[in-house]
Amino acid sequence: MTKGRIHSIESFGTVDGPGIRFVAFMQGCPLRCQYCHNPDTWDPNGNCQYELTPEELVQQALRYSSYIASGGVTLSGGEPLMQAQFVKEYFQLCQQEGLHTALDTSGAYCSGRALEALDYTNLVLLDIKTLNPQLYPTLTAGKLENNLRMLDVLQERGIDTWLRHVVVPGLTDDDEWLNKVGELAARFSVVKKIEILPYHTLGKFKYEKMNLVYPLEGVEPLSRERAQEIRERLSAYKPCS
Amino acid sequence: MVLQNLQNDFKGSNWKHEIDVRDFIQANYEPYDGDESFLTAPSARTTMLWDKLSEMFKVEREKGVYDAETKLPQTLDTYGAGYIDKDNEVIVGLQTDAPLKRGIFPRGGIRMVESALKAYGYELDPATKDIYTKYCKTHNEGVFSAYNDDIKAARHAHIITGLPDAYGRGRIIGDYRRVALYGTANLIEEKKRFHKRIDIQEFTEEIVRCREEITDQIKALKQFERMCASYGFDVSKPATNAREAVQWTYFGYLGAVKDQDGAAMSLGRVCAFLDIYIQRDLKRGILTEEEAQELIDQMIMKLRIVRFLRTPEYNDLFSGDPIWATTVVGGMGVDGRSMVTKTAFRILHTLYNMGPSPEPNITILWSPRLPQNWKNYCAKVSIDTSALQYENDDLMRAELGDDYGIACCVSPMKIGKQMQFFGARANLAKCMLYAINGGRDEMTGEQVAPMYSPIEGDYLTYEEFMPRFEQMMRWLAKTYVNALKIIHYMHDKYDYEAFEMALHDGDVQRTRATGIAGLSIVTDSIAAMKNCKIRIIRDETGLAVDYKIEEGEYIPFGNDCDETDAIAVELTEKFMEYLRQHRTYRDAIPTQSLLTITSNVVYGRATGATPDGRAKGVPFAPGANPMNARDIKGAVAALASVAKLPFQHSRDGISYTFAVTPAALGKDKDAQKVNLTNLMDGYFTPNGGQHLNVNVFDRQLLLDAMEHPEKYPQLTIRVSGYAVNFVKLTREQQLDVLSRTINNCM
Repeated sequence: MTKGRIHSIESFGTVDGPGIRFVAFMQGCPLRCQYCHNPDTWDPNGNCQYELTPEELVQQALRYSSYIASGGVTLSGGEPLMQAQFVKEYFQLCQQEGLHTALDTSGAYCSGRALEALDYTNLVLLDIKTLNPQLYPTLTAGKLENNLRMLDVLQERGIDTWLRHVVVPGLTDDDEWLNKVGELAARFSVVKKIEILPYHTLGKFKYEKMNLVYPLEGVEPLSRERAQEIRERLSAYKPCS
Repeated sequence: MVLQNLQNDFKGSNWKHEIDVRDFIQANYEPYDGDESFLTAPSARTTMLWDKLSEMFKVEREKGVYDAETKLPQTLDTYGAGYIDKDNEVIVGLQTDAPLKRGIFPRGGIRMVESALKAYGYELDPATKDIYTKYCKTHNEGVFSAYNDDIKAARHAHIITGLPDAYGRGRIIGDYRRVALYGTANLIEEKKRFHKRIDIQEFTEEIVRCREEITDQIKALKQFERMCASYGFDVSKPATNAREAVQWTYFGYLGAVKDQDGAAMSLGRVCAFLDIYIQRDLKRGILTEEEAQELIDQMIMKLRIVRFLRTPEYNDLFSGDPIWATTVVGGMGVDGRSMVTKTAFRILHTLYNMGPSPEPNITILWSPRLPQNWKNYCAKVSIDTSALQYENDDLMRAELGDDYGIACCVSPMKIGKQMQFFGARANLAKCMLYAINGGRDEMTGEQVAPMYSPIEGDYLTYEEFMPRFEQMMRWLAKTYVNALKIIHYMHDKYDYEAFEMALHDGDVQRTRATGIAGLSIVTDSIAAMKNCKIRIIRDETGLAVDYKIEEGEYIPFGNDCDETDAIAVELTEKFMEYLRQHRTYRDAIPTQSLLTITSNVVYGRATGATPDGRAKGVPFAPGANPMNARDIKGAVAALASVAKLPFQHSRDGISYTFAVTPAALGKDKDAQKVNLTNLMDGYFTPNGGQHLNVNVFDRQLLLDAMEHPEKYPQLTIRVSGYAVNFVKLTREQQLDVLSRTINNCM
């Protein structure tokens, strides 16, 4: 029986997809993004709060059906597609119950099981780390190709997509590269929205707790004004919030 | 009924023959499902008055009280007319002869009056003191002449607190609308009729008392007529237009707060009622929207300046001068029509026209079936002001119909048909510790409760604990109920609310409301006992003073864990059953609430360490809330836990206080509104939760307000069951608010 390793649950998710969402954060991620605020989700075998079957997690979500009726469920992480079989089974059950399903992914996995999971996904929140091929590997320890291949797949299958982009001062807030994110969004009709996620330092204490070096030591959070400016800039391509 | 031909102007039949305000409302109100775009700015007169008051508030904040009476006991007509600025007031009437001047109510207790005056640098007139010491007995004196040792000890040890034994008991809502709809002449006739009706074969003690009370009520109505006449109004006849309807209704409320200094003096349900008159005048072209808003603004302004003189100890329990002028807004009718009117919007709009304010305690009766425009507007107002509370209309309407109001914070009652005997609350966490220590107080070592067998071993087990706890809860219930019998007997005898009761039916239904504090602590402690190995730490006298969880962990209340939440349900039910074992004063129906207001801080201070891991002196969670920061699965899971608590065994209300940062509510204003309305729709299902306080603010804002209170004179936040000016809280209470779970996003 498939069991999901779940780092934590947020029953009142309001920022990972539309409406109120029952969000499960999956344990394990192949990337090592420098700005990651959840380093405790990296290790697939790391400590997690719950190990549940897809049925068990759906039963939990359904307890909140009066709240999430016009929202839905989201799987985030970590990288949920690291446990693609679980994602597939869970989303399938959710859709049978009439719940809207959203997948928050970096596209790090884009074949086999991962693609099957998309059969039951209503919305993908695709995290575009950066479009700068030089920066991508140092920023994330992953490959830009996967990121972009996922977008092709989504376009092919006609799955609604929101592009998300974390803006870190000095790293990913270069106007030229930001425009490229906008251009990318404009090229794909499945992309309905761009979400700018301003870099913050709220995850820093976790690095200290885990005895890890914080890679962005000294980098200030993105200012509200700059975030607003970027949103306005990218609104030229697709709705941006 | 003599209705001055108004019966031809308004539809309906029953209300024309007997007192039936609900029938008048249902036959005449117009539901409104549009949006807020019709609302208007405050009039120049309103702004002028509010500015003048705002200056006075500054002085009040510095001095504690603006001014106080030192001689004349307050009654309906102690003072003549008083004004803020007569020429600008379209709705008139002050408690005393000047705004913010606090009257004295020695019938409740002369010592309380004397010490409250003293605390603010005033001295009670010796003649007044003499009268209420030598010649005239007070409620407080009566109560203490009958209390037994058990009650005194329980009170002293803070296991039962907040008892209304030295001031007015409050939580009675007169049907102030009756003044406007019928005029006092009709009301007096009806009271006389009732007086005749209870002229029966055999007089019992209850009938004798009732006959005396009805006579007192008639006397109070006549006194009330004189009070209104001093402002130049003849309220013996019904109101004939919107201005009179608002004025008469407000006069009714004003009469109540001139006559009583009750802990909670709530307004009830006036919005659809007043809207009928406003709509009629708008249609007849004798009132403009600006003028309608002005009437509502100025009525609300008057509710914001009601003041009572309290002692510093009282303020420690209930901070920020609360009087709970609770007014319910919206709701659905039993016929399925929404009861939201334009006046419901106008009432909320006062929070923009005059800025946010804790009073009146605006309470939205929520149903998922309410018009979407209204729901969105409520959410917007909550996000902007944090000044609203919400209660489940679908849950309460089933039992209470569509003409109930909320007294204080969460206590529902049918307007004019039910009243309650208020009974504050018992400290269940302390009761738990008494069970472990065989009735000795964990803070003082004193034997407070009977010397039942304590737990003697080194470890705390559920099996040893539970029978002792049940025994101790039975003792607590008995002691508590007896105290309340004494208090309400004496209150009726020495400080009867003749005027408020004159605005009730003669054969009123009574409930007796007790309460519990510390439910989540006891629940978590029992969950810990069931799942963990807990070592008892004792002092040199063998008293258990601390606990150490050596092995295992437990899932706290607030995470939607059925095993833990079942403990909370069982406790609520069990304590209620123990209360039900006792007879009540005047055959009142026993009820209880899960509500603390701001007293959770004081309860915490008075309670030793508890087995759940809470340290000695740490504040309780407010109301039925999970303990601060122990709810880790997010707000919806916490709400789901609280919604399991049985309303049928906590009929006087279950308070949940929710705080969220704007960012965690949604990415933009529109998303925030949608998410907040969906949250309420999710919580307020017919078998869902009863009450939700909504706070939307950043922790940073509160920190700044602590440092610079002068910048935030109107910053309003919701605490358990009511709202308060944040800057008027004690520092300890401010820190407690900051330590609460504020749902934020990472």
